[in-house]
Amino acid sequence: MPAFAFSEANQAEVARIRARYPADRQASAVLPLLHLAQAQHGGWLPRAALDHVADLLGMPRIRVYEVASFYDMFNTEPTGRVQVRVCTTTPCWLCGSDEVVAAARETLGIEVGETTLDGRFFLREFECLGACANAPVMWIDDDFYEDLDGPKARAILEAVKRGEQPVPGPQSGRRGSEPLGGPTTLLRTGE
Amino acid sequence: MMLRDQDRIFRNLYGSEPWHLDAARRRGDWDGTRDLIAKGRDWLVEEVKASGLRGRGGAGFPTGLKWSFMPKQPTGQPVYLVVNADESEPGTCKDREILRHEPHKLIEGCLLAGAAMGCTAGYIYIRGEFVREAEVLQAALEEAYAAGLLGRDAAGSGYDFELYLHRGAGAYICGEETGLLESLEGKKGQPRLKPPFPAAAGLYGRPTTVNNVETIAVVPTILRRGASWFSDLGKPNNTGTKIFCISGHVNRPCTVEEEMGIPLKVLIERHCGGVRGGWDNLLAVIPGGSSVPLLPKSICDTVHMDFDSLREVRSGLGTAGVIVMDRSTDIVRAIARLSKFYMHESCGQCTPCREGTGWLWRMMTRLAEGRARLEEIDLLDEVTREIEGHTICALGDAAAWPVQGLIRHFRPELERRIRAAALQQAQQRQAA
Repeated sequence: MPAFAFSEANQAEVARIRARYPADRQASAVLPLLHLAQAQHGGWLPRAALDHVADLLGMPRIRVYEVASFYDMFNTEPTGRVQVRVCTTTPCWLCGSDEVVAAARETLGIEVGETTLDGRFFLREFECLGACANAPVMWIDDDFYEDLDGPKARAILEAVKRGEQPVPGPQSGRRGSEPLGGPTTLLRTGE
Repeated sequence: MMLRDQDRIFRNLYGSEPWHLDAARRRGDWDGTRDLIAKGRDWLVEEVKASGLRGRGGAGFPTGLKWSFMPKQPTGQPVYLVVNADESEPGTCKDREILRHEPHKLIEGCLLAGAAMGCTAGYIYIRGEFVREAEVLQAALEEAYAAGLLGRDAAGSGYDFELYLHRGAGAYICGEETGLLESLEGKKGQPRLKPPFPAAAGLYGRPTTVNNVETIAVVPTILRRGASWFSDLGKPNNTGTKIFCISGHVNRPCTVEEEMGIPLKVLIERHCGGVRGGWDNLLAVIPGGSSVPLLPKSICDTVHMDFDSLREVRSGLGTAGVIVMDRSTDIVRAIARLSKFYMHESCGQCTPCREGTGWLWRMMTRLAEGRARLEEIDLLDEVTREIEGHTICALGDAAAWPVQGLIRHFRPELERRIRAAALQQAQQRQAA
């Protein structure tokens, strides 16, 4: 099994993270360290990374395996380098998430749960992302793309395929979660 | 009466101004924090009690009363404040706006709440999916430390308070307060049996109070403007302002701060441009996040948006995540999708929830397609009763209530589907 170690830059981050928790409660650092390890290792956690984190924090390895399998954001198998996740819970579904899923399947040429043959894109459905007033939402790597429909989702994914970084956030032209066309409150800010 | 802008707490809800410390100070944050702390623990707790503030995370428990359960005398041992920023209840997206646009209201609120309860440290547990929001909050925390507002002698108050950000990793159950504490301790987020309650034995077995983001973020403004300012807004036992998130079939979905007790119809027509196709095109509304029972249009016509009014119609204010469904909605599928959500998010600890949420989803899926017998509607209702109240945490109840609401208000629709599917089958048999 190939060894895993945090890079030099990440070792400093490991120290910063561990300092947030009492010395005798270092298991608390397991989620942040798994996030860090997963980002360093191309989006998934090999067994060696889980073992390394367990040994660092003085935890039984089985406890770290449990944690890695319990939380949806951790992948314990190789996935695509770009993570594409479409929210399909009721508020997004009411606003057309089926069209977004269809656009993602067609644009990427894969089914939900699959990775493209070149290992680049991984597509999955995700539960409520907490941006319901901007539904439907697609989450690509670290960014939310909001106020989507089929054509908008397709255009974003085509741009990502070309190596571009489309501007995240609402794709409808509004700011944040204000009503489209302008806010109905806070009209005199700075007053 | 319309809530005046000067009575809105979150002046930067939409991010029209920067979130940074200097901009936050211009909006009034961190003004006289030291003097507020100097008034002492008792004053802080009593003022929050007098304001009538009730928890904004869903349960609506009186905040000042919750704070008063914490030990009064310092023992030299750690005491914790934990902020629940694991916003994951479908339909809910209010805390996100605070985290990314008003982080200093939350941080100042943490310091004041910490001082009120004698906490030695605080952790803000933010859902893992909020990557960008966590970046903003972490940067805001660093600003606050650099300005001497946190840490030793925080804000010049003589009180020492450390505040840290902790990222979750995708699990709805970590929004349950003891599931959150387990997760923060580095374990699977499986809720604990209560008692002991967190105020007695919480994080690391120490006294702990868990509060929602919005609850904590409104505290500085309440303390500065006075309990009576807050309690004069809204209605008795349902005081103050509230952030509502309106999603689904409205013309302009949005998040907006309004007065507690605003009529649902006014909320939707004033801020969201009305229901798609007009008010008469409304089918139903889930008024407080996915866990609360839906309301048919006849109740939506007159209901007010506050804890007590919504409880009277056998639903709840919950998180104030308002999910609007017009008459084009397949209401059975909409609720079935929620059943799938709860099945996916059940932590697996209690049998009635682990097994029952799967039952609910499978039965709801068949009902959506009409592949069921009429008597199964009662069976489905019975299954929800077997889950409700029989689990360690409220996820079981949350899975049961949407289905119960559907049966209560849309039983004729369920029956119609079953009859239509049966008729179609009979016709197909005859043709064959």
